[in-house]
This record gives sequence, structure tokens and C-alpha cells, in this order.
Amino acid sequence: MTKLNTVRLRLPASTADLAALEIGTVVYLDGRLFTAREGVYKRAVEDGFGLPASPDELGRANFHCSPAASIGADGSMTVGAVTATASFRFAKYLDGWFEVSHCNVIIGKAGMTSEVYRRSFVPNSAIYLTTVGYGTGALLGRGIKRVPGVYWREELGLAQAIWVLDVENFGPFLVESDLAGNSLFERENAKIAPSIEKLYAGTHPATLRRFGETDDKTDELI
Amino acid sequence: MILLSTLQQTAEKLMATAAIEIPEDYLGGLRQCADTEKGDLSAFVIKAMLDNYEAAKEDRRAMCGDTGCPRWYVKIGNDAQVEGGPVALEAALRRATANATADVPLRPNRVHPLWRTDHNNNVGIGAPEIEYAFHPDADWIELTTVHKGGLFGSDYRMLFPADGIEGIKRFYLDTLIAFGKRGLACQPAIVGVGLGGSKDICMVLGKQAACLRVVGSRNPDPKIAALENELKELGNSIGMGAMGFMGSSMVVDCHIEVGYCHTGGMPMSVHMFCLSSRRACARVHADGRVSFRTDPMWFTDYLRREGVEWPEQAAEAAE
Repeated sequence: MTKLNTVRLRLPASTADLAALEIGTVVYLDGRLFTAREGVYKRAVEDGFGLPASPDELGRANFHCSPAASIGADGSMTVGAVTATASFRFAKYLDGWFEVSHCNVIIGKAGMTSEVYRRSFVPNSAIYLTTVGYGTGALLGRGIKRVPGVYWREELGLAQAIWVLDVENFGPFLVESDLAGNSLFERENAKIAPSIEKLYAGTHPATLRRFGETDDKTDELI
Repeated sequence: MILLSTLQQTAEKLMATAAIEIPEDYLGGLRQCADTEKGDLSAFVIKAMLDNYEAAKEDRRAMCGDTGCPRWYVKIGNDAQVEGGPVALEAALRRATANATADVPLRPNRVHPLWRTDHNNNVGIGAPEIEYAFHPDADWIELTTVHKGGLFGSDYRMLFPADGIEGIKRFYLDTLIAFGKRGLACQPAIVGVGLGGSKDICMVLGKQAACLRVVGSRNPDPKIAALENELKELGNSIGMGAMGFMGSSMVVDCHIEVGYCHTGGMPMSVHMFCLSSRRACARVHADGRVSFRTDPMWFTDYLRREGVEWPEQAAEAAE
């Protein structure tokens, strides 16, 4: 197997650091990031609360995940595994999100469309990193060295709270979108698409159709 | 009499084992994918997952941060007796689920669908799901926990006899391609196909086919077994590998389970059990011994019975 280009990226990342990253590059992270998913996005952007701490305190990299973690009666935190959740659901909040969070790295599962990257990521000089697998939860769990804070735990519950994570050699991730808004997944989809038609040779659409469906297998459903 | 404390301790151990240790049969299947995968990105992903299993086992931490939806399959021997009866058994499984969530730890995934209330313990209304089956001439209880992902990779469609095998293949491809793109289904997966039954049973059969049969097992009906082989190959010929990258690693195995359906229809469901195929099983014997394993042995001749009477009972009645 061909060795993929692999880099260590220090957080917070400068625009120059990000400009050096090509789609398909393997990335390991060092520094600070924070988790935020639908609960946080809704509260911060839609409900207008903004974020409970500054970019210095939270970091400028947002991970679409929540850890498998527990908080003991004495307040001690045990973080086991961490795995991303699918990111496409958060696209609608993004413009507001970049404004309140000042993030320039978004980490998650399965990316968004290049249309979203061009509309929302490119103007904010942000890239998207996808987790690998999905579910290298144990490897990622190993990379967490400290949990400096948990915010909105009461308001949103353990799974939706903001977990601030200090990480070391945290990965692997793949660069899914670069600063120009290109998407690795879309590049791969385009390579696979031509062979799909012949798989269906000899079959016919189901006898009973359904509303709202597409029969174009090159379409994406996100 | 099987003691409740034995059942609860066994259930807690099963929760941790399922979350931390990849079952051998799935691991063997994934290693075969790794050997044949030509796509460099897809091969990289599989390598990372193999590393991840090692890390999980070494550190005793969950393989995946997303707990999925932990659930229970309980098979009760016809002669088994449980301390406190079935109500106490259910309470023990709920307690074990909550305790393991804090102890492993597992992410508390279960929330109210409308109010998003989270008890932080994976227990709530209807959660964990507990399904039951029975077994003749036995005095043991078998507990199986499955933590299947909860969002992507499953679909249902009412097909008709006129759609035929080609229609089955088409819906199978539709589901794999739809959820395989960008790797939403966390493939390579064990794909379960449910054929027949009423709509709810069709979904149940497909899910059980994915989660409760081991890689390499085949349906006892030779023609269905042949279709399992054919669908496995078909899935791996899409050109899509791990994370939806170009490659050949989509289906680690394909299992089909059938149930009798309405004479006019041929309902079909597809389920994909992911790269962290979490399942663990134990038999709790009447004398308190516990034997752990990864093969739930859920589908038996008894479970797939076709006639009115189970042969042995019919024979007894005739005597």
C-alpha cells in the first residue's frame, strides 16, 4: 500500500499552516480543541448565547463529537474513547458558527459538500478534517492528555456538553477539505461513479415507487 | 434457580467486553479485506482500525466513542428459573446497562426523542431494548448484548414477488451505495438482510442477521446461502471501500434471514453492522456457572421452525 503523506499540526493553526495541507493528507494534532455538536450549535448560534468561553480558553478547532466519559462524584473526569458524529447535519449553522467560535479547523465524520466549503469555510480560511474509520475511538482517546474544562454540562447533558481537550499526537485524521474548498470525498465519489451503472444492469426500479427519491446513483444524500 | 446477582454481574461484564474487544470472527473477516484491498486510502483506514482494536484492548477503553444503542437479546431455556422472575431479570439488565455506562465508560447516547432528556446512563423509555427467544430442553439463560450504531446503514422497502431476485439486488445496492458514500455506514460491515415477515419483523430479522450471526456462517437453506455469497460479492464489487474511498472493502459478510410474509408481498430490510461490530454473549447455567463467547448462536432450528408443532413436542403429544 502506498504510504500517505503524514503531518503533525499544532493548534491553534495559522492560515499558512493550513495552506500547506492537501486533501488526503494524514494529520495528527497537538494542542487544544473543543467538542461541539447539535446542542451547542443550536444554543450558541440559534438561541444567541454565543460561546461560554473565549477562543483562547476553548481553542480554535471544533470537534463534532462527544467523548465516552464520566464525571465522578468528586468532579474527576474519565475520558475513554472519542469518535466523531456525522457533520453534514451542522451545515445550516455554519456561517453563524464561524462568527461566534473563530474556529479555523472543523473535525468530524464524513465531511460536508464542497458547496458548503466554498460558501462557509473558504471565507473563514477554515479546513475540515475527517476522522478515520469511523471510530478509531481508542486511538483518539489515547491522545487526550488533559480536560481543562467542561461547559454547559447542566444545560445540555454529558453527551452534548462542550468538552475542552488538550491533545498530543491526536489522530489519525484525513484532510477532507483544503483552503480552496476541495473535497476528498467528492473526488473519490467521482472516481467510483462510472462503475456503478453496470452493477444495476438487468434490474428495474421497484414496482412500488416512493416520493422524494432519486434514481441517480451519483447523487449524494447529505 | 439462576441468581439475579449472577445475571447482573454477567451483564456488566458483557457490556464492557462488547465495547472493548472486537469479536474474532469480524477481525478475521476484516484482515481478509486488508489483504485484498488495493485502494490506498481504504487500506489506510483498515490499518488504522486494526491499530485501534489493539489500543482498545491494551488500554481497556471502548473501541468507539459512539456507544450506539446498547441492547439485549435474551434466550431463555424452557426449564430455566430466574430469581424474581422476568421482571427482576429486566431490572438487572437495565441496572447493568447504567452501571457499565459509568464504569467502562460508555457515552450516554440515549435521549428522549422530543425533549432530548438524557439520564446519562443509556437507560430510558424503551431503552435498552430487550428481545426474547426461548429454547426447548434447556435450563440456562443466554444473554447477548449488541451495541449497534444508531443512525445510518439501515433501510426498509416493500418489494413485491414481481420484483424478484433482481429487485432484491437493486435495493441492496441502493442501501449500500447510499450509506457507503463518505462511509456513513462505517463499512466494511456485516450486512444483514431481512426478507419477509410483517414490516416490523422484517426489520427485526435483518438486524438480527447482521448482529447475531458470525462472519462465515451461512443460512441452512442452500439457495439462500448461495444468495448470501452472491450479495457479499456484489457489495464488494461496487468499487467502494472503507469511508467510501475507492476500493473493494464494503461487505465483510452478508447474512440473510427470512420469515413468512403476506402472499402479495416481499418486504426487505438491510442493516449494516459496523467496523466496531460490538457483540458479546454468555450462557448462565442453572448451577451458576457462566461461559462467555462471541457467537450468540441465536438462530437455531427451533427459532427457524416452519410447522405448527416443534417436532419433539409433537412426538411427545403423540405418545
